[in-house]
Amino acid sequence: MNYRAVWAIYRFEMSRAWRTLMQSIVSPVLSTSLYFVVFGTAIGSRIPQIEGVSYGAFIVPGLIMLSLLTQSVANASFGIYFPRFSGTIYELLSAPVSPLEVVLGYVGAAASKSILLGVVILATAAFFVDLHIAHPILMISFLVLTAVTFSLFGFIIGLWADGFERLQVIPLLVITPLTFLGGTFYSIKMLPEFWQTVSHFNPVVYLVSGFRWSFFEISDVDVTVSIAATVAFMLACLAVISWMFKTGYRLKN
Amino acid sequence: MQPIINVSEISKTYASGFQALKSVNLSIDKGEILALLGPNGAGKTTLISIICGIVNPSSGSVTVDGMDIARDYRAVRSMIGLVPQELTTDAFETVWNTTSFSRGLFGKPSNPKHIEKVLRDLSLWDKKDRKVRELSGGMKRRLLIAKALSHEPRILFLDEPTAGVDVELRKDMWQSVRELRASGVTVILTTHYIEEAEEMADRIGVINHGEIVLVERKDELMRKLGKKQLVLQLNSALDAIPSGLAQFGLELGADRNQLIYTYDTRAERTGITSLLSAMGAAGVSFSDLDTTQSSLEDIFVDLVKASR
Ligand SMILES: Nc1ncnc2c1ncn2[C@@H]1O[C@H](COP(=O)(O)OP(=O)(O)OP(=O)(O)O)[C@@H](O)[C@H]1O
Ligand SMILES: [Mg+2]
Repeated sequence: MNYRAVWAIYRFEMSRAWRTLMQSIVSPVLSTSLYFVVFGTAIGSRIPQIEGVSYGAFIVPGLIMLSLLTQSVANASFGIYFPRFSGTIYELLSAPVSPLEVVLGYVGAAASKSILLGVVILATAAFFVDLHIAHPILMISFLVLTAVTFSLFGFIIGLWADGFERLQVIPLLVITPLTFLGGTFYSIKMLPEFWQTVSHFNPVVYLVSGFRWSFFEISDVDVTVSIAATVAFMLACLAVISWMFKTGYRLKN
Repeated sequence: MQPIINVSEISKTYASGFQALKSVNLSIDKGEILALLGPNGAGKTTLISIICGIVNPSSGSVTVDGMDIARDYRAVRSMIGLVPQELTTDAFETVWNTTSFSRGLFGKPSNPKHIEKVLRDLSLWDKKDRKVRELSGGMKRRLLIAKALSHEPRILFLDEPTAGVDVELRKDMWQSVRELRASGVTVILTTHYIEEAEEMADRIGVINHGEIVLVERKDELMRKLGKKQLVLQLNSALDAIPSGLAQFGLELGADRNQLIYTYDTRAERTGITSLLSAMGAAGVSFSDLDTTQSSLEDIFVDLVKASR
Protein backbone atom coordinates (compact mmCIF):
# COMPACT_ATOMS: atom_id res chain seq x y z
CA MET A 1 0.00 0.00 0.00
CA ASN A 2 1.41 3.36 -1.07
CA TYR A 3 0.15 5.38 1.91
CA ARG A 4 2.30 8.33 0.98
CA ALA A 5 0.54 8.61 -2.35
CA VAL A 6 -2.88 8.45 -0.70
CA TRP A 7 -1.81 11.18 1.69
CA ALA A 8 -0.32 13.28 -1.13
CA ILE A 9 -3.55 13.12 -3.12
CA TYR A 10 -5.67 13.76 -0.05
CA ARG A 11 -3.66 16.78 0.97
CA PHE A 12 -3.61 18.13 -2.55
CA GLU A 13 -7.39 17.90 -2.80
CA MET A 14 -7.93 19.41 0.62
CA SER A 15 -5.67 22.34 -0.18
CA ARG A 16 -7.83 22.95 -3.23
CA ALA A 17 -10.79 23.24 -0.86
CA TRP A 18 -9.03 25.82 1.27
CA ARG A 19 -8.25 27.87 -1.79
CA THR A 20 -11.91 27.82 -2.72
CA LEU A 21 -13.19 28.12 0.82
CA MET A 22 -15.91 30.50 -0.33
CA GLN A 23 -17.48 27.96 -2.67
CA SER A 24 -16.76 24.95 -0.51
CA ILE A 25 -18.24 26.06 2.78
CA VAL A 26 -19.69 29.52 2.73
CA SER A 27 -22.10 29.18 -0.16
CA PRO A 28 -23.78 25.95 1.04
CA VAL A 29 -24.15 27.48 4.49
CA LEU A 30 -25.72 30.54 2.96
CA SER A 31 -28.14 28.56 0.83
CA THR A 32 -29.09 26.34 3.77
CA SER A 33 -29.83 29.41 5.84
CA LEU A 34 -32.07 30.63 3.06
CA TYR A 35 -33.94 27.33 3.06
CA PHE A 36 -34.50 27.73 6.77
CA VAL A 37 -35.75 31.26 6.43
CA VAL A 38 -38.13 30.34 3.61
CA PHE A 39 -39.25 26.81 4.44
CA GLY A 40 -38.54 26.57 8.12
CA THR A 41 -39.69 29.94 9.34
CA ALA A 42 -41.90 31.62 6.74
CA ILE A 43 -43.79 28.58 5.43
CA GLY A 44 -43.06 26.19 8.27
CA SER A 45 -44.81 28.36 10.83
CA ARG A 46 -48.08 27.58 9.02
CA ILE A 47 -47.45 23.85 8.83
CA PRO A 48 -48.49 21.74 11.80
CA GLN A 49 -46.08 19.36 13.47
CA ILE A 50 -45.17 16.19 11.60
CA GLU A 51 -45.34 13.15 13.86
CA GLY A 52 -44.64 15.34 16.85
CA VAL A 53 -41.72 17.23 15.31
CA SER A 54 -41.93 20.90 14.33
CA TYR A 55 -41.60 21.48 10.60
CA GLY A 56 -38.47 23.56 11.05
CA ALA A 57 -36.72 20.72 12.85
CA PHE A 58 -38.23 18.09 10.54
CA ILE A 59 -36.48 19.48 7.46
CA VAL A 60 -33.01 19.68 9.11
CA PRO A 61 -31.92 16.10 8.27
CA GLY A 62 -33.29 16.51 4.75
CA LEU A 63 -31.44 19.76 4.21
CA ILE A 64 -28.20 18.29 5.44
CA MET A 65 -28.68 15.35 3.10
CA LEU A 66 -29.45 17.68 0.21
CA SER A 67 -26.14 19.51 0.68
CA LEU A 68 -24.25 16.34 1.47
CA LEU A 69 -25.39 14.63 -1.72
CA THR A 70 -24.90 17.53 -4.09
CA GLN A 71 -21.57 18.58 -2.59
CA SER A 72 -20.16 15.05 -2.43
CA VAL A 73 -21.00 14.49 -6.07
CA ALA A 74 -19.74 17.93 -7.09
CA ASN A 75 -16.46 17.68 -5.15
CA ALA A 76 -15.56 14.17 -6.15
CA SER A 77 -16.55 14.51 -9.79
CA PHE A 78 -14.63 17.76 -10.21
CA GLY A 79 -11.65 16.38 -8.30
CA ILE A 80 -11.00 13.62 -10.81
CA TYR A 81 -12.43 15.33 -13.88
CA PHE A 82 -10.17 18.34 -13.67
CA PRO A 83 -6.85 16.46 -13.99
CA ARG A 84 -8.35 14.56 -16.91
CA PHE A 85 -9.35 17.84 -18.48
CA SER A 86 -6.07 19.66 -17.83
CA GLY A 87 -3.89 16.66 -18.65
CA THR A 88 -2.18 16.43 -15.26
CA ILE A 89 -3.72 12.96 -14.97
CA TYR A 90 -0.57 11.72 -16.74
CA GLU A 91 1.23 11.86 -13.45
CA LEU A 92 -1.37 9.80 -11.63
CA LEU A 93 -1.38 7.21 -14.40
CA SER A 94 2.40 6.92 -14.43
CA ALA A 95 2.70 6.76 -10.64
CA PRO A 96 3.06 3.54 -8.65
CA VAL A 97 -0.46 3.78 -7.24
CA SER A 98 -3.27 1.27 -7.34
CA PRO A 99 -6.83 2.24 -8.23
CA LEU A 100 -7.77 1.71 -4.60
CA GLU A 101 -5.19 4.28 -3.50
CA VAL A 102 -6.40 6.79 -6.07
CA VAL A 103 -9.97 6.30 -4.87
CA LEU A 104 -8.97 6.57 -1.22
CA GLY A 105 -7.20 9.85 -1.89
CA TYR A 106 -9.84 11.52 -4.03
CA VAL A 107 -12.96 10.08 -2.46
CA GLY A 108 -11.51 10.45 1.02
CA ALA A 109 -10.91 14.14 0.43
CA ALA A 110 -14.31 14.74 -1.17
CA ALA A 111 -16.07 12.88 1.63
CA SER A 112 -14.11 14.76 4.30
CA LYS A 113 -15.19 18.04 2.81
CA SER A 114 -18.85 17.05 2.73
CA ILE A 115 -18.75 15.69 6.26
CA LEU A 116 -17.26 18.96 7.43
CA LEU A 117 -19.96 20.73 5.50
CA GLY A 118 -22.68 18.58 7.05
CA VAL A 119 -21.43 19.46 10.51
CA VAL A 120 -21.32 23.15 9.64
CA ILE A 121 -24.89 23.03 8.35
CA LEU A 122 -25.99 21.19 11.46
CA ALA A 123 -24.44 23.93 13.56
CA THR A 124 -26.14 26.56 11.40
CA ALA A 125 -29.46 24.79 11.82
CA ALA A 126 -29.05 24.79 15.58
CA PHE A 127 -29.33 28.59 15.39
CA PHE A 128 -32.77 28.38 13.82
CA VAL A 129 -34.41 25.45 15.53
CA ASP A 130 -34.25 23.53 18.75
CA LEU A 131 -32.45 20.30 17.79
CA HIS A 132 -32.41 17.08 19.66
CA ILE A 133 -30.42 14.17 18.27
CA ALA A 134 -31.73 10.84 19.54
CA HIS A 135 -28.93 8.64 18.18
CA PRO A 136 -25.76 10.73 17.67
CA ILE A 137 -23.54 7.81 16.75
CA LEU A 138 -25.98 6.51 14.18
CA MET A 139 -26.40 10.06 12.91
CA ILE A 140 -22.63 10.42 12.40
CA SER A 141 -22.45 6.99 10.79
CA PHE A 142 -25.15 7.96 8.31
CA LEU A 143 -23.38 11.20 7.60
CA VAL A 144 -20.10 9.42 6.87
CA LEU A 145 -21.66 6.57 4.93
CA THR A 146 -23.65 8.93 2.74
CA ALA A 147 -20.69 11.24 2.14
CA VAL A 148 -18.49 8.32 1.12
CA THR A 149 -21.13 6.69 -1.04
CA PHE A 150 -22.01 9.80 -2.98
CA SER A 151 -18.39 10.82 -3.30
CA LEU A 152 -17.84 7.43 -4.95
CA PHE A 153 -20.80 8.15 -7.19
CA GLY A 154 -19.35 11.58 -8.01
CA PHE A 155 -16.02 9.95 -8.78
CA ILE A 156 -17.75 7.74 -11.35
CA ILE A 157 -19.33 10.79 -12.93
CA GLY A 158 -15.96 12.54 -13.00
CA LEU A 159 -14.47 9.57 -14.83
CA TRP A 160 -17.38 9.26 -17.19
CA ALA A 161 -17.87 12.94 -18.09
CA ASP A 162 -16.22 14.11 -21.27
CA GLY A 163 -17.09 17.76 -20.91
CA PHE A 164 -18.05 20.24 -18.25
CA GLU A 165 -21.70 20.03 -19.31
CA ARG A 166 -21.82 16.33 -18.58
CA LEU A 167 -20.30 17.03 -15.20
CA GLN A 168 -23.31 19.22 -14.39
CA VAL A 169 -25.95 17.05 -16.00
CA ILE A 170 -26.17 14.24 -13.47
CA PRO A 171 -26.28 16.46 -10.38
CA LEU A 172 -28.85 18.68 -12.06
CA LEU A 173 -31.02 16.07 -13.71
CA VAL A 174 -30.70 13.21 -11.26
CA ILE A 175 -29.45 14.15 -7.82
CA THR A 176 -31.45 17.32 -7.26
CA PRO A 177 -34.85 15.92 -8.36
CA LEU A 178 -34.30 12.68 -6.47
CA THR A 179 -33.42 14.63 -3.36
CA PHE A 180 -36.39 16.97 -3.60
CA LEU A 181 -38.70 14.02 -4.24
CA GLY A 182 -36.95 11.94 -1.59
CA GLY A 183 -38.77 13.34 1.41
CA THR A 184 -36.39 16.19 2.14
CA PHE A 185 -39.16 18.65 2.87
CA TYR A 186 -42.00 16.23 3.65
CA SER A 187 -42.75 12.77 4.90
CA ILE A 188 -43.59 10.46 2.02
CA LYS A 189 -46.46 9.22 4.18
CA MET A 190 -48.12 12.52 3.23
CA LEU A 191 -48.23 11.39 -0.40
CA PRO A 192 -51.06 9.49 -2.11
CA GLU A 193 -50.60 5.71 -2.03
CA PHE A 194 -49.38 5.50 -5.62
CA TRP A 195 -46.62 8.06 -5.18
CA GLN A 196 -45.58 6.42 -1.94
CA THR A 197 -44.94 3.23 -3.90
CA VAL A 198 -43.04 5.12 -6.59
CA SER A 199 -40.95 6.82 -3.90
CA HIS A 200 -39.69 3.47 -2.71
CA PHE A 201 -37.67 3.29 -5.93
CA ASN A 202 -35.89 6.49 -5.01
CA PRO A 203 -32.68 5.66 -3.15
CA VAL A 204 -32.58 9.09 -1.53
CA VAL A 205 -35.76 8.23 0.40
CA TYR A 206 -33.82 5.59 2.31
CA LEU A 207 -31.01 7.99 3.11
CA VAL A 208 -33.18 10.82 4.31
CA SER A 209 -35.49 8.52 6.22
CA GLY A 210 -32.68 6.73 8.01
CA PHE A 211 -30.90 9.97 8.75
CA ARG A 212 -34.07 11.53 10.08
CA TRP A 213 -34.68 8.52 12.28
CA SER A 214 -31.31 9.07 13.94
CA PHE A 215 -32.54 12.53 14.93
CA PHE A 216 -36.21 12.06 15.84
CA GLU A 217 -36.91 8.33 15.72
CA ILE A 218 -39.48 8.90 13.00
CA SER A 219 -38.97 7.35 9.58
CA ASP A 220 -40.64 6.50 6.29
CA VAL A 221 -38.89 3.16 5.99
CA ASP A 222 -37.29 0.93 8.56
CA VAL A 223 -33.86 2.16 9.57
CA THR A 224 -32.16 -1.19 8.90
CA VAL A 225 -33.54 -1.11 5.38
CA SER A 226 -32.07 2.38 5.04
CA ILE A 227 -28.63 1.21 6.07
CA ALA A 228 -28.77 -1.86 3.86
CA ALA A 229 -29.84 0.20 0.83
CA THR A 230 -27.06 2.75 1.34
CA VAL A 231 -24.40 0.07 1.75
CA ALA A 232 -25.70 -1.72 -1.34
CA PHE A 233 -25.42 1.49 -3.37
CA MET A 234 -21.90 2.03 -2.06
CA LEU A 235 -20.84 -1.46 -3.10
CA ALA A 236 -22.36 -0.93 -6.52
CA CYS A 237 -20.34 2.27 -6.95
CA LEU A 238 -17.17 0.48 -5.87
CA ALA A 239 -17.81 -2.27 -8.39
CA VAL A 240 -18.29 0.24 -11.21
CA ILE A 241 -15.10 2.09 -10.27
CA SER A 242 -13.01 -1.05 -10.14
CA TRP A 243 -14.34 -2.02 -13.56
CA MET A 244 -13.47 1.44 -14.88
CA PHE A 245 -9.91 1.18 -13.64
CA LYS A 246 -9.48 -2.36 -14.82
CA THR A 247 -10.43 -1.44 -18.37
CA GLY A 248 -8.81 2.00 -18.26
CA TYR A 249 -12.21 3.42 -19.21
CA ARG A 250 -11.88 7.10 -20.13
CA LEU A 251 -8.52 7.13 -18.37
CA LYS A 252 -6.23 5.48 -20.86
CA ASN A 253 -6.23 5.29 -24.61
CA MET B 1 25.23 -4.77 -21.56
CA GLN B 2 22.11 -5.67 -19.66
CA PRO B 3 19.09 -3.94 -21.17
CA ILE B 4 17.02 -2.07 -18.60
CA ILE B 5 14.00 -1.69 -20.87
CA ASN B 6 12.90 -4.27 -23.34
CA VAL B 7 10.08 -3.43 -25.71
CA SER B 8 8.88 -6.44 -27.61
CA GLU B 9 6.41 -6.51 -30.49
CA ILE B 10 4.48 -3.50 -29.22
CA SER B 11 1.61 -2.42 -31.45
CA LYS B 12 -0.91 0.28 -30.77
CA THR B 13 -4.12 0.99 -32.59
CA TYR B 14 -6.04 3.92 -31.15
CA ALA B 15 -9.80 3.81 -30.73
CA SER B 16 -10.04 5.93 -33.87
CA GLY B 17 -8.66 2.95 -35.77
CA PHE B 18 -5.33 4.64 -36.41
CA GLN B 19 -2.33 2.39 -35.98
CA ALA B 20 0.32 4.48 -34.26
CA LEU B 21 2.85 1.71 -33.59
CA LYS B 22 3.56 -1.38 -35.65
CA SER B 23 5.32 -4.24 -33.84
CA VAL B 24 8.01 -2.13 -32.29
CA ASN B 25 11.05 -3.84 -30.78
CA LEU B 26 13.55 -1.84 -28.83
CA SER B 27 15.98 -2.53 -26.07
CA ILE B 28 17.47 0.23 -24.00
CA ASP B 29 20.70 -0.22 -22.08
CA LYS B 30 21.21 0.67 -18.48
CA GLY B 31 22.82 4.08 -18.09
CA GLU B 32 22.66 5.20 -21.70
CA ILE B 33 21.10 8.24 -23.28
CA LEU B 34 18.86 7.20 -26.12
CA ALA B 35 17.46 9.82 -28.43
CA LEU B 36 14.30 9.04 -30.36
CA LEU B 37 14.06 11.05 -33.52
CA GLY B 38 11.12 11.16 -35.84
CA PRO B 39 8.79 13.53 -37.63
CA ASN B 40 5.50 14.72 -36.13
CA GLY B 41 3.09 11.87 -35.62
CA ALA B 42 5.76 9.18 -35.90
CA GLY B 43 4.70 7.54 -32.64
CA LYS B 44 7.38 8.71 -30.21
CA THR B 45 4.98 9.92 -27.56
CA THR B 46 2.80 6.86 -27.99
CA LEU B 47 5.77 4.58 -27.36
CA ILE B 48 6.84 6.50 -24.27
CA SER B 49 3.27 6.62 -22.97
CA ILE B 50 2.97 2.85 -23.26
CA ILE B 51 6.16 2.24 -21.30
CA CYS B 52 5.05 4.70 -18.60
CA GLY B 53 1.59 3.18 -18.22
CA ILE B 54 -0.43 6.04 -19.69
CA VAL B 55 -1.53 4.26 -22.85
CA ASN B 56 -2.51 0.61 -23.04
CA PRO B 57 -0.72 -1.27 -25.82
CA SER B 58 -2.89 -3.22 -28.26
CA SER B 59 -0.42 -6.08 -28.21
CA GLY B 60 3.11 -6.88 -27.19
CA SER B 61 4.92 -6.55 -23.91
CA VAL B 62 7.42 -4.35 -22.15
CA THR B 63 9.74 -5.27 -19.33
CA VAL B 64 11.66 -2.84 -17.17
CA ASP B 65 14.55 -4.22 -15.17
CA GLY B 66 13.18 -7.67 -15.94
CA MET B 67 9.69 -6.89 -14.64
CA ASP B 68 6.52 -6.72 -16.68
CA ILE B 69 5.10 -3.19 -16.80
CA ALA B 70 1.54 -4.38 -16.21
CA ARG B 71 2.05 -7.12 -13.65
CA ASP B 72 4.73 -5.38 -11.59
CA TYR B 73 3.48 -1.87 -12.26
CA ARG B 74 4.29 -0.66 -8.79
CA ALA B 75 7.96 -1.62 -8.84
CA VAL B 76 8.35 -0.54 -12.46
CA ARG B 77 6.71 2.84 -12.14
CA SER B 78 8.57 3.84 -9.01
CA MET B 79 11.76 3.60 -11.09
CA ILE B 80 10.51 5.86 -13.86
CA GLY B 81 10.23 9.61 -14.15
CA LEU B 82 8.31 11.14 -17.04
CA VAL B 83 8.43 14.63 -18.48
CA PRO B 84 5.49 14.87 -20.86
CA GLN B 85 5.50 16.76 -24.12
CA GLU B 86 2.50 18.88 -23.25
CA LEU B 87 2.87 21.59 -20.62
CA THR B 88 0.32 20.19 -18.22
CA THR B 89 0.59 21.66 -14.77
CA ASP B 90 -1.55 22.41 -11.76
CA ALA B 91 -1.98 26.09 -12.42
CA PHE B 92 -3.02 27.08 -8.92
CA GLU B 93 -0.44 25.24 -6.88
CA THR B 94 2.92 26.64 -5.92
CA VAL B 95 6.09 25.32 -7.49
CA TRP B 96 7.21 23.89 -4.17
CA ASN B 97 3.92 22.13 -3.44
CA THR B 98 3.49 20.60 -6.83
CA THR B 99 7.05 19.25 -6.78
CA SER B 100 6.63 17.81 -3.28
CA PHE B 101 3.31 16.33 -4.34
CA SER B 102 5.04 14.35 -7.08
CA ARG B 103 7.49 12.90 -4.62
CA GLY B 104 4.70 11.79 -2.31
CA LEU B 105 2.70 10.35 -5.17
CA PHE B 106 5.63 8.12 -6.04
CA GLY B 107 5.75 6.86 -2.48
CA LYS B 108 8.98 8.51 -1.39
CA PRO B 109 9.32 9.98 2.12
CA SER B 110 9.40 13.75 2.12
CA ASN B 111 12.86 15.18 1.63
CA PRO B 112 12.96 18.97 1.40
CA LYS B 113 16.72 18.90 0.80
CA HIS B 114 16.31 16.88 -2.35
CA ILE B 115 13.46 19.03 -3.62
CA GLU B 116 15.59 22.10 -2.98
CA LYS B 117 18.49 20.61 -4.92
CA VAL B 118 16.30 19.72 -7.87
CA LEU B 119 14.72 23.17 -7.98
CA ARG B 120 18.11 24.85 -7.72
CA ASP B 121 19.59 22.68 -10.47
CA LEU B 122 16.77 23.72 -12.75
CA SER B 123 17.04 27.40 -11.83
CA LEU B 124 13.60 27.39 -10.25
CA TRP B 125 14.57 27.98 -6.65
CA ASP B 126 13.69 31.65 -6.63
CA LYS B 127 10.26 30.72 -8.00
CA LYS B 128 9.47 28.11 -5.39
CA ASP B 129 6.63 30.05 -3.77
CA ARG B 130 5.13 31.23 -7.04
CA LYS B 131 1.91 29.85 -8.42
CA VAL B 132 2.58 27.64 -11.42
CA ARG B 133 0.41 29.75 -13.70
CA GLU B 134 2.73 32.70 -13.08
CA LEU B 135 5.62 30.86 -14.71
CA SER B 136 6.70 31.29 -18.30
CA GLY B 137 6.48 28.39 -20.73
CA GLY B 138 10.14 27.49 -20.42
CA MET B 139 9.90 27.60 -16.63
CA LYS B 140 6.90 25.29 -16.73
CA ARG B 141 8.90 22.88 -18.85
CA ARG B 142 11.63 22.92 -16.24
CA LEU B 143 9.06 22.48 -13.50
CA LEU B 144 7.85 19.31 -15.22
CA ILE B 145 11.42 18.08 -15.19
CA ALA B 146 11.71 18.97 -11.50
CA LYS B 147 8.55 17.01 -10.78
CA ALA B 148 9.93 13.99 -12.59
CA LEU B 149 13.25 14.21 -10.73
CA SER B 150 11.62 14.81 -7.36
CA HIS B 151 11.23 11.08 -6.77
CA GLU B 152 14.75 10.12 -7.81
CA PRO B 153 13.94 7.92 -10.81
CA ARG B 154 16.44 5.43 -12.24
CA ILE B 155 15.00 5.94 -15.69
CA LEU B 156 13.98 9.29 -17.06
CA PHE B 157 11.79 9.89 -20.09
CA LEU B 158 12.05 13.35 -21.59
CA ASP B 159 9.47 13.99 -24.29
CA GLU B 160 10.85 17.02 -26.10
CA PRO B 161 12.43 18.50 -22.99
CA THR B 162 13.96 21.53 -24.64
CA ALA B 163 10.99 22.70 -26.70
CA GLY B 164 10.50 26.34 -25.77
CA VAL B 165 13.59 26.56 -23.57
CA ASP B 166 16.05 29.29 -24.43
CA VAL B 167 19.51 28.50 -25.75
CA GLU B 168 21.43 29.14 -22.57
CA LEU B 169 19.11 27.12 -20.37
CA ARG B 170 19.05 24.41 -22.98
CA LYS B 171 22.79 24.04 -22.58
CA ASP B 172 22.32 23.89 -18.80
CA MET B 173 19.68 21.26 -19.27
CA TRP B 174 21.95 19.15 -21.43
CA GLN B 175 24.56 19.45 -18.74
CA SER B 176 22.07 18.30 -16.10
CA VAL B 177 21.11 15.34 -18.25
CA ARG B 178 24.75 14.36 -18.59
CA GLU B 179 25.15 14.58 -14.84
CA LEU B 180 22.13 12.37 -14.42
CA ARG B 181 23.64 9.82 -16.71
CA ALA B 182 26.89 10.02 -14.80
CA SER B 183 24.94 9.12 -11.67
CA GLY B 184 23.62 6.02 -13.44
CA VAL B 185 20.24 7.25 -14.65
CA THR B 186 19.06 5.93 -18.00
CA VAL B 187 17.68 8.72 -20.15
CA ILE B 188 15.34 8.41 -23.10
CA LEU B 189 14.59 11.64 -24.88
CA THR B 190 12.65 12.59 -27.95
CA THR B 191 13.53 15.63 -29.92
CA HIS B 192 13.07 17.38 -33.19
CA TYR B 193 16.41 19.11 -32.83
CA ILE B 194 18.94 16.90 -34.50
CA GLU B 195 21.77 18.86 -32.93
CA GLU B 196 20.36 17.86 -29.60
CA ALA B 197 20.51 14.17 -30.43
CA GLU B 198 23.94 14.65 -31.91
CA GLU B 199 25.10 16.48 -28.82
CA MET B 200 23.55 14.29 -26.15
CA ALA B 201 22.82 10.79 -27.23
CA ASP B 202 24.83 7.61 -26.95
CA ARG B 203 22.44 5.90 -29.29
CA ILE B 204 19.90 7.18 -31.70
CA GLY B 205 16.64 5.58 -32.70
CA VAL B 206 14.75 6.83 -35.70
CA ILE B 207 11.04 6.18 -35.76
CA ASN B 208 8.69 6.89 -38.62
CA HIS B 209 5.11 5.86 -39.34
CA GLY B 210 5.03 3.78 -36.18
CA GLU B 211 8.08 1.74 -37.05
CA ILE B 212 11.61 1.87 -35.74
CA VAL B 213 13.61 2.55 -38.84
CA LEU B 214 16.97 2.25 -37.16
CA VAL B 215 18.70 2.15 -33.80
CA GLU B 216 22.41 2.67 -33.81
CA ARG B 217 25.23 4.02 -31.72
CA LYS B 218 25.56 7.66 -32.63
CA ASP B 219 29.23 7.55 -33.57
CA GLU B 220 28.72 4.43 -35.67
CA LEU B 221 25.73 5.95 -37.34
CA MET B 222 27.69 9.03 -38.23
CA ARG B 223 30.53 6.92 -39.49
CA LYS B 224 28.42 4.44 -41.39
CA LEU B 225 26.25 6.93 -43.11
CA GLY B 226 28.58 9.88 -42.86
CA LYS B 227 29.67 10.69 -46.37
CA LYS B 228 31.88 13.55 -47.28
CA GLN B 229 31.70 15.61 -50.41
CA LEU B 230 34.47 17.47 -52.13
CA VAL B 231 33.22 20.38 -54.19
CA LEU B 232 35.58 21.77 -56.82
CA GLN B 233 34.83 25.20 -58.27
CA LEU B 234 35.95 25.05 -61.90
CA ASN B 235 37.60 27.79 -63.90
CA SER B 236 35.44 27.08 -66.93
CA ALA B 237 32.16 25.24 -67.36
CA LEU B 238 32.13 21.66 -68.63
CA ASP B 239 29.64 20.18 -71.06
CA ALA B 240 30.13 16.70 -69.74
CA ILE B 241 32.38 14.85 -67.37
CA PRO B 242 35.61 14.04 -69.25
CA SER B 243 36.03 10.34 -69.93
CA GLY B 244 39.32 10.32 -68.04
CA LEU B 245 37.39 11.08 -64.85
CA ALA B 246 34.56 8.56 -65.37
CA GLN B 247 35.84 6.13 -62.74
CA PHE B 248 35.28 8.63 -59.87
CA GLY B 249 31.49 8.82 -60.12
CA LEU B 250 31.52 12.61 -60.26
CA GLU B 251 28.52 14.87 -60.50
CA LEU B 252 28.31 18.18 -62.26
CA GLY B 253 27.10 20.90 -59.93
CA ALA B 254 25.78 24.43 -60.23
CA ASP B 255 25.87 25.80 -63.81
CA ARG B 256 28.16 22.93 -64.82
CA ASN B 257 30.76 24.96 -63.04
CA GLN B 258 31.27 22.57 -60.15
CA LEU B 259 32.51 19.04 -59.87
CA ILE B 260 31.23 17.12 -56.86
CA TYR B 261 33.08 14.10 -55.60
CA THR B 262 31.47 11.95 -52.92
CA TYR B 263 33.71 9.72 -50.86
CA ASP B 264 33.53 7.61 -47.81
CA THR B 265 35.42 8.82 -44.78
CA ARG B 266 35.72 5.25 -43.50
CA ALA B 267 37.52 4.01 -46.61
CA GLU B 268 41.24 3.47 -46.38
CA ARG B 269 41.92 5.59 -49.38
CA THR B 270 39.63 8.45 -50.22
CA GLY B 271 40.86 8.69 -53.80
CA ILE B 272 41.31 12.43 -53.62
CA THR B 273 44.94 12.41 -54.70
CA SER B 274 44.25 10.26 -57.76
CA LEU B 275 41.24 12.41 -58.64
CA LEU B 276 43.30 15.58 -58.56
CA SER B 277 46.06 14.11 -60.69
CA ALA B 278 43.51 12.69 -63.15
CA MET B 279 41.99 16.16 -63.42
CA GLY B 280 45.38 17.61 -64.15
CA ALA B 281 45.86 15.04 -66.90
CA ALA B 282 42.43 15.83 -68.37
CA GLY B 283 43.21 19.54 -68.30
CA VAL B 284 40.41 20.47 -65.92
CA SER B 285 41.51 23.26 -63.60
CA PHE B 286 39.77 24.60 -60.54
CA SER B 287 39.85 27.81 -58.54
CA ASP B 288 38.51 26.70 -55.20
CA LEU B 289 37.57 23.63 -53.23
CA ASP B 290 35.39 22.83 -50.28
CA THR B 291 34.42 19.74 -48.32
CA THR B 292 31.15 19.09 -46.53
CA GLN B 293 30.18 16.24 -44.23
CA SER B 294 26.59 15.05 -44.10
CA SER B 295 25.19 15.87 -40.67
CA LEU B 296 22.85 13.70 -38.71
CA GLU B 297 20.15 15.88 -40.13
CA ASP B 298 20.92 14.77 -43.68
CA ILE B 299 21.06 11.18 -42.53
CA PHE B 300 17.75 11.57 -40.80
CA VAL B 301 16.06 13.22 -43.74
CA ASP B 302 17.37 10.48 -46.03
CA LEU B 303 16.06 7.78 -43.73
CA VAL B 304 12.68 9.29 -43.32
CA LYS B 305 12.38 9.79 -47.06
CA ALA B 306 13.45 6.22 -47.71
CA SER B 307 10.85 4.80 -45.35
CA ARG B 308 8.04 6.87 -46.77
N1 LIG C 1 -5.51 9.55 -28.43
C1 LIG C 1 -5.30 9.36 -29.72
N2 LIG C 1 -6.29 8.92 -30.52
C2 LIG C 1 -6.09 8.72 -31.84
N3 LIG C 1 -4.92 8.91 -32.46
C3 LIG C 1 -3.90 9.34 -31.72
C4 LIG C 1 -4.02 9.59 -30.33
N4 LIG C 1 -2.82 10.01 -29.86
C5 LIG C 1 -2.00 10.02 -30.92
N5 LIG C 1 -2.63 9.62 -32.04
C6 LIG C 1 -2.03 9.50 -33.38
O1 LIG C 1 -0.96 8.60 -33.30
C7 LIG C 1 0.12 9.06 -34.09
C8 LIG C 1 1.38 9.12 -33.28
O2 LIG C 1 1.25 10.15 -32.31
P1 LIG C 1 2.41 10.51 -31.30
O3 LIG C 1 1.89 11.54 -30.38
O4 LIG C 1 2.93 9.26 -30.72
O5 LIG C 1 3.49 11.14 -32.29
P2 LIG C 1 4.88 11.82 -31.97
O6 LIG C 1 5.92 11.03 -32.66
O7 LIG C 1 5.04 12.00 -30.51
O8 LIG C 1 4.71 13.21 -32.69
P3 LIG C 1 5.25 14.67 -32.28
O9 LIG C 1 6.64 14.77 -32.79
O10 LIG C 1 4.35 15.58 -33.02
O11 LIG C 1 5.14 14.80 -30.81
C9 LIG C 1 -0.31 10.40 -34.68
O12 LIG C 1 -0.72 10.19 -36.01
C10 LIG C 1 -1.47 10.81 -33.84
O13 LIG C 1 -2.41 11.52 -34.61
MG1 LIG D 1 5.16 13.54 -29.29
